[in-house]
Amino acid sequence: MSPRRLFAMMYKEALQILRDPRSLAIALVMPLMQMGLLGYGVSLDIKHVPICVYDQENSQLTRSIVSRFDAAGWFSIDRRLHSQAGVRHAIDAGECIAAVVIPVDFSRTLASTGAASIQAVFDATDVNTSNIAQGYLQGIVAGVNAEIETRWSAAHGVRASGVGRIDLQPGTWFNETLDSRNFIIPGVVAVILALIGAQLTSLTVSREWERGTMEQLISTPVTALEVMLGKLIPYFVVGMIDAAVCLALTVFWFDVPFRGNLLTLFAATALFSLVVLGIGYMISVRIRSQLAASQIALLVTLLPTTLLSGYTFPIDQMPRVIQAITLIVYPRYYVTILRGIFLKASTLFDLWQPLLGLVVFAILIVWLASRAFHKRLD
Amino acid sequence: MSANAAPTIRVSGLTKRFGAVHAVRGIDFEVSAGEIFGLVGPDGAGKTTTMRMLAGVLRPDAGTLSIDGIDVARDPEKAKLHLSYMPQRFGLYEDLTVGENVFFYAELFAVPRRERVARSAELLHAAGLEGFERRLAGQLSGGMKQKLGLVCALIHTPRVLLLDEPTTGVDPVSRRDFWAILYRLRESGVSIVMATAYMDEAERCSRLALFHSGEVRHCDTPARLKAAMPGALLAVHAAQPRAVHRALAGLPGVLGALLMGDRVHVRVDDAARRVPELETALRTAGIADARIDPAAPGIEDVFVALLGTPAG
Repeated sequence: MSPRRLFAMMYKEALQILRDPRSLAIALVMPLMQMGLLGYGVSLDIKHVPICVYDQENSQLTRSIVSRFDAAGWFSIDRRLHSQAGVRHAIDAGECIAAVVIPVDFSRTLASTGAASIQAVFDATDVNTSNIAQGYLQGIVAGVNAEIETRWSAAHGVRASGVGRIDLQPGTWFNETLDSRNFIIPGVVAVILALIGAQLTSLTVSREWERGTMEQLISTPVTALEVMLGKLIPYFVVGMIDAAVCLALTVFWFDVPFRGNLLTLFAATALFSLVVLGIGYMISVRIRSQLAASQIALLVTLLPTTLLSGYTFPIDQMPRVIQAITLIVYPRYYVTILRGIFLKASTLFDLWQPLLGLVVFAILIVWLASRAFHKRLD
Repeated sequence: MSANAAPTIRVSGLTKRFGAVHAVRGIDFEVSAGEIFGLVGPDGAGKTTTMRMLAGVLRPDAGTLSIDGIDVARDPEKAKLHLSYMPQRFGLYEDLTVGENVFFYAELFAVPRRERVARSAELLHAAGLEGFERRLAGQLSGGMKQKLGLVCALIHTPRVLLLDEPTTGVDPVSRRDFWAILYRLRESGVSIVMATAYMDEAERCSRLALFHSGEVRHCDTPARLKAAMPGALLAVHAAQPRAVHRALAGLPGVLGALLMGDRVHVRVDDAARRVPELETALRTAGIADARIDPAAPGIEDVFVALLGTPAG
């Protein structure tokens, strides 16, 4: 391999990236768009879900509970109802997703028995939203319970548990704010990188075939390895820039807490980029049309990444056969690493298994890619 | 042409099939240093396939092929150090400037920096591309693109230059620049192989290989090919050359009739005997303004005479 020819290839490729609006758009604009689309669109969160409240007691305590529903930001109290019939009507008419009914003897029951219940009626036509809304309501109620307990303890001078009981539910781990976004967005980064990476390189060799520049290029002493590296390295830089932008958005725009190690994140991202760029390159070598190559790249990256990487559907809830298949679905390793780093502060040692998976894939793909290209027309 | 020197290019029994299509059927030829060797023949005769095998981008199915003693089929990468190939379709990067394309090809062939600067200035000047260094290759005219292709092909001083119809669609001024460069290369001992569809260009080649259905049917200098043409050539001038062609084709003694724009080239077995017969036939056909002169054959005539089909 001649460093001089390699640099010439890299320089040429970089110039072409900078001058090709299509490549540039894929490289710079698409990640931002997808980050917005997937970050907001696929989010399982709820914001300002309309709820109605029928506060039969209307005491200081119940009013403070109701005001918490409002203050959390997840719900907006659109209507206050004054009858059971009104509750039914509001749900039927689709005026609210959930109606909260506080019984007339709420405070008294709570004071005398230490437990009371709030009724919540959900519009289950949108199962997803109503399930999520239910979770959030329970979270708020749990907060109220904790306060009642603290207050009771302070008043009576003894530590008490089970004093204020308004339907306490088990809490969630690693995602205390109940933000599904924290779980989803690191996976979004993997999806975007897989998509963009393979898209970028899927065009690079097929473009040379399509434009007729390949025939002249392969008549020069440039080697297949120089062609591959000369094309992959500039796009690797682009991919890492994209990754940095997406990860920065994750932390600074979507406020996902970052608890892990930056170096581990960098290593995993570099390995994953290498895998997806290599896959795009191999497709590009085989398929001599830009359109067909980019379509195939889309298929090969998008489907496994969205469906089988654990990004949306947890792998441990898949059938065993599918779970076994996910072992060769390379994005699962990166998604696992990202979530580990972001949410659990996992260390390099904790993540050795998925990291090893990525290393194996990176070596395999680069090796296959280096053998894929032949300097021949036939 | 140095007849004693060992040939730079040796081709023997070269064969290439694409499925059922037998594109090149066991061709042989040799090209010496300082020769411009022309490949002439109709589309699909096997010229481009031969060029691609010479360039080492297509593997021959059979036969041998060597450039400067290097077996191109076995070691194409070594041969590529010494050759330059300009494909039929423009092969440079249209989104790179003239200067960037030249730089890229110079680097691929590891041309030393000082040599590159001097040589690219000289070549760009000869090609009339001075002052266009910063223009994108895609924004050049057809002729300028081809000349840029030649500049990139010559930046590393190759011993063999392979040109596949380099002047197709090129304006006359650019073609003249192009040929001026080729003549200078020939002086410096470069072997040039060139496929061409233009008969006036074929005339300028040192030697020609006449391709037909994947075979080289004849291979010699243009002068000797013309001398080998059977029969005598007559030019019939008339206002209605098509009518002349209709009246004369197929008459006894007429070996061939070829429409050449404003005249018809008629090849006959014996000029002295046939001219009066042709005059009679023309009068019978009602063509009064025809004039018959002896004519010097062009390569096109030779091609038709030898192969029975037009070259282009």
